[in-house]
Amino acid sequence: MSETAPLSAEPLSTGVSTVRRGGAVRRLLRHPLGLASSAVLAAIVLGVLLAPVLSPQGPEVSSLRDAFAGPRAGHPLGFDSAGRDVLSRLLYGGRNTLSGVLLALAVALALGVPAGLVAGYRGGRFDAASSWIVNLVMALPAMVVLLASRAIVGPTVWVLMVVLGVLVSPNFFRLVRGIVVGVRGELYVDAAKVSGLSDLRIVGRHVLIVVRAPIIILMALVAGIAVGLQAGLEFLGIGSGDLPTWGAMLNEAFKNIQRAPGLLLWPGLALGLTNAALVLFAAALRDVLEDRGATVSPRRRRTPVEPPRSVAGERAELLSVRDLAVSYGSREVVRGVDLDVSAGEIVGLVGESGSGKSQTAFSILGILPEGGRVSRGSVTVRGREIVGLAEREHRALRGDVIAYVPQEPMSNLDPAFTIGSQLVEPIRVKLGLSRAEARAKALDLLRQVEIADPERVFGMYPHEISGGMAQRVLIAGAMSCDPELLIADEPTTALDVMVQAEVLGLLRRLQRSRGLGVLLVTHNLGVVADLCDRVAVMSEGRVVETGPVAQVLHEPRDPYTRRLLDAVLDDAPAREPWTPPADSPGSPGRPDPEDSQDPKDSQKPKDSQDSQEVAR
Amino acid sequence: MLSFIARRIAAGVPLLFVISFVTYTLLSIPDIDVARQLLGQGAPNDLVEAKNKALGLDRPVLVQYVDWLAHALRGDFGTSWFTSENVLVAIQNRVPVTLSLMVGVTLVTAVAAFLLGAWAGVRRGAVDRFVQMFAVAGYALPPFLVTLVLVLVLAVQLGLFPAIGYIGITESFGGWLSTVTLPVLSLSVNAVAGVAQQVRGSVIDVMRQDYVRTLRARGLPPWRIVLRHVLRNASAPALSVLGMQFVGILGSAVLVEQIFGLPGLGSMTVAYTTRGDIPVIMGLVMVTVVLVVVVNLVVDVLIGWLNPKARVA
Amino acid sequence: MNPLLKVSDLRVSFPGKGWRAPRVEVLRGVSLDVRPGETVGLVGGSGSGKTTIGRAILGLVPVQSGTIEFAGERIDGLSPRRRRALARDIQVIFQDPYTSLNPSLTIGDTLSEPLLAQGHAAREARARVAVLLDRVKLPADAADRLPREFSGGQRQRVAIARALAIDPRLIVCDEPVSALDLTTQRTVLDLLLEIQAQTGVAYLFISHDLAVVRFMSHRVAVIHRGEIVETGEAAAVTSAPENPYTRSLLLAAPIADVERQRARREQFEREVASPRA
Repeated sequence: MSETAPLSAEPLSTGVSTVRRGGAVRRLLRHPLGLASSAVLAAIVLGVLLAPVLSPQGPEVSSLRDAFAGPRAGHPLGFDSAGRDVLSRLLYGGRNTLSGVLLALAVALALGVPAGLVAGYRGGRFDAASSWIVNLVMALPAMVVLLASRAIVGPTVWVLMVVLGVLVSPNFFRLVRGIVVGVRGELYVDAAKVSGLSDLRIVGRHVLIVVRAPIIILMALVAGIAVGLQAGLEFLGIGSGDLPTWGAMLNEAFKNIQRAPGLLLWPGLALGLTNAALVLFAAALRDVLEDRGATVSPRRRRTPVEPPRSVAGERAELLSVRDLAVSYGSREVVRGVDLDVSAGEIVGLVGESGSGKSQTAFSILGILPEGGRVSRGSVTVRGREIVGLAEREHRALRGDVIAYVPQEPMSNLDPAFTIGSQLVEPIRVKLGLSRAEARAKALDLLRQVEIADPERVFGMYPHEISGGMAQRVLIAGAMSCDPELLIADEPTTALDVMVQAEVLGLLRRLQRSRGLGVLLVTHNLGVVADLCDRVAVMSEGRVVETGPVAQVLHEPRDPYTRRLLDAVLDDAPAREPWTPPADSPGSPGRPDPEDSQDPKDSQKPKDSQDSQEVAR
Repeated sequence: MLSFIARRIAAGVPLLFVISFVTYTLLSIPDIDVARQLLGQGAPNDLVEAKNKALGLDRPVLVQYVDWLAHALRGDFGTSWFTSENVLVAIQNRVPVTLSLMVGVTLVTAVAAFLLGAWAGVRRGAVDRFVQMFAVAGYALPPFLVTLVLVLVLAVQLGLFPAIGYIGITESFGGWLSTVTLPVLSLSVNAVAGVAQQVRGSVIDVMRQDYVRTLRARGLPPWRIVLRHVLRNASAPALSVLGMQFVGILGSAVLVEQIFGLPGLGSMTVAYTTRGDIPVIMGLVMVTVVLVVVVNLVVDVLIGWLNPKARVA
Repeated sequence: MNPLLKVSDLRVSFPGKGWRAPRVEVLRGVSLDVRPGETVGLVGGSGSGKTTIGRAILGLVPVQSGTIEFAGERIDGLSPRRRRALARDIQVIFQDPYTSLNPSLTIGDTLSEPLLAQGHAAREARARVAVLLDRVKLPADAADRLPREFSGGQRQRVAIARALAIDPRLIVCDEPVSALDLTTQRTVLDLLLEIQAQTGVAYLFISHDLAVVRFMSHRVAVIHRGEIVETGEAAAVTSAPENPYTRSLLLAAPIADVERQRARREQFEREVASPRA
């Protein structure tokens, strides 16, 4: 029994097909843009490689008789100002252009990637020094440096491409270094260290795999930039003038722009197409890797909300929820929830992660995340139906009537504004108070949430205060427009136990002094026992049990509630003292875990209760 | 804040020294006989030697550099070897042209990119797809190719703008506007695409932040949340992309000035670097690097103003 | 019997934030020991330094002064090579099952990593992975899957299997269940106890949750602001603590019993909180 219990508790997602490495290529080819751009790139590379076969004649063969001649049999793209075949020059020019870009990329990779890996992984002096050099190189405008180096080394396109490679290598360095710094802090790298892997092996196994794809994306982007820069150089006539390249062709066409503007078309198209294919390839690869291909764009279209199937029982005046369902696309995450909160009452909404408790809270507030919508049911606040209410009218209720205290204190304060201005803003907007009045009210609120030095905290930024303080500020923000109903989503989960106890005390005092109705979303049954009058237990989108706290916690009726309570360790006995192991390793201090782990055994032995209270 | 600015400036100064030194030494490596080039291939050797001495080229490179630096620190960048023009004066004459391009491009980019990016990020859907397509197209085309197309269509075919030439803003504002519009437009396409993409991305990121949900829960109107909170927080990364784009725009300006025949720093760079005129090249490199350092400083200060946390770092 | 792990007067500090800021002392002379097959619970609030102790033992943060001995030999400040050899004896289970597994490696790759690092052959490692999966009650085909296909509790089982791969003598468990749901938490704890019964491995069990620590540990040490304020048998420390900090920690955690929680709360507010006026 105990052998299978854990697995049935957490079923394996069998529907998901096994994803293997290397799948990225396949997914890229299934992505429409990825397929198109890969095909274009392949065609360009193939055409350029087969230039000797595909060209009607050599790129330098010219006959002045044919100057500016249009297309004709065997010469589909016509002739340029010197009577040279455009197609031949395009293909051979592509060879020179693309091999120059490859050279630049190779140099950039060779310089940027290893240096970025070492700087990111090791940090310290090498990191400081190389980052300084990189900033220096990045401050140089590439075109100016290329021109200057052309003055130094003369018109050799290959050397210029090496210089270009050096100039773009900081992009690779920064990318790799940034990612590696992130990966270095990951727990799985720590775990690999503890597993006895050498640094070299960790970089090979854990780091390279992460930087590989971003490097390919950056390569495509940098290749595009390099193609453009190289063509620009050639266009200025300062590459190696005699070599056919796309840039040189554009230069030649530009000189004759008045006489034959059509000559710009083919080299321009080749350049544009190559670049567009590279950029689209990068975009598609990024989509594939971040799994964004399948995301549904949020639909503005309103799907009608079904009325509740049944409206059972007497409905509370302050907040009453009947048969509420919340859907993301066709997936229902909340499936028919009934809930009531009266004035002056604290109702707990408990459940494990994914039970739908936060989604229920968000839909009452009208702040469901992107893609989520109330698909069925009725929610009344002070007797007024709010399902299907226009956003503007729903918004008028928020802050004034319904207020929200979030879970994570730090991420719920805007880092760019002081505490004071974040408190003042809703007071001025919602209550229309003057600046001075709003300030006085905000300071008063900070005092009410028991912050010792309100004036000082008022002027501080969120990153300057502690988590516990931030949660008090958020509670003050929720109280700022004197609401009647407070929805608190795991308000103490992110806090230390000691701070949690203080914040729970604060919530209780505020609730009593203002006669607030509170919906307290939590996973912690201790918090429920501490604060709530009634409690609703949620599992898999449904409320499985509702009742007074004492009844639900002490005489649970639903099997899921019982399982939840059985997992609570409050009353589990303390472990016996350690005894030295006998000969065999298999005799630990605990008699037989299989036995004592049986839920029935560990279920609140009355005699161990006393050990719970602090003897005093 | 002041100490933050001071620290940033202090970090920029060594950069100038190192770049000037590296550029100078690199420029001195190739054995271009400047004196012989100036005097012609047939010039007698003693004349060439005398010229070298006059230019100070007979001294070791390090001495030459220190000499150059000493003068440069007093604001004296010397004279061109080939035209005997005063370098500083020549540059001063050309700075307004390039600067008006730069300022124009920055303004157009900032306004257009923020509007497009914010619009796409907030509305998503069809608007978003349109902006994304524009961004990819703008990013895919090298700036000088865009220039060529614009010249071909708007100047050559339609005759809306002069294809070539420059009129100073002091001479005639209308003339100035007609001559810089096309260059600014062609330089902006690329930058707008890049920055709009970044603005869109960071707007979407910020819209998903917990504090935006909390602001909504406080009952604040959506436009207020977007303008006051989302845009402010999304601006910092977009600004740093704009700063990086600036370096690229400076490079593209070289080509664009050449195409439009604008007498700016870019066409000057092309004209002088091909001959190895060290005093002029040094002057130009210093001006561009100072420009880049100043722009980065402005960007950093703006980011620090937008994001109080960045001031500490 | 000699302790397996002995930490004496351990001090660790980190560079302060900002220019020329003084170093921040995280551990100020911590001493504790763990005997073979024993579980020692280390409990404290956030910022108490409890995680740093674990990381120092694992060699992930540098020790400033004091000593760490394992099986009678000093293991602080070891060379990287000797540290890697120590992987055979000391392993870890981290708190966050989502970031402690590389998302792009299959479970099989993750589990065979320590085996290959210790020089086992690939074939041998594969066989061992199957045994490990069975021991943590995951299906055998889990080896070919990626972490994202598993729930938090299942990932934590993978992390346990990785720690067990080379039969260590000590596992540092750093908040191994605090990211898990209540019911999942219980099954993972049961698994850890069962493994200890089978293999005789010792645990240093770090947690902020006094109830979990009491359930798991033979002895409990309470850490506060980088110092150990109380150590003793689990039952004694968690029901009749002598130290005032331990008392308040105990009273601060709410329990799922309405009447008793009310009494505890009143006691907490009398003794500790005394709300600011």
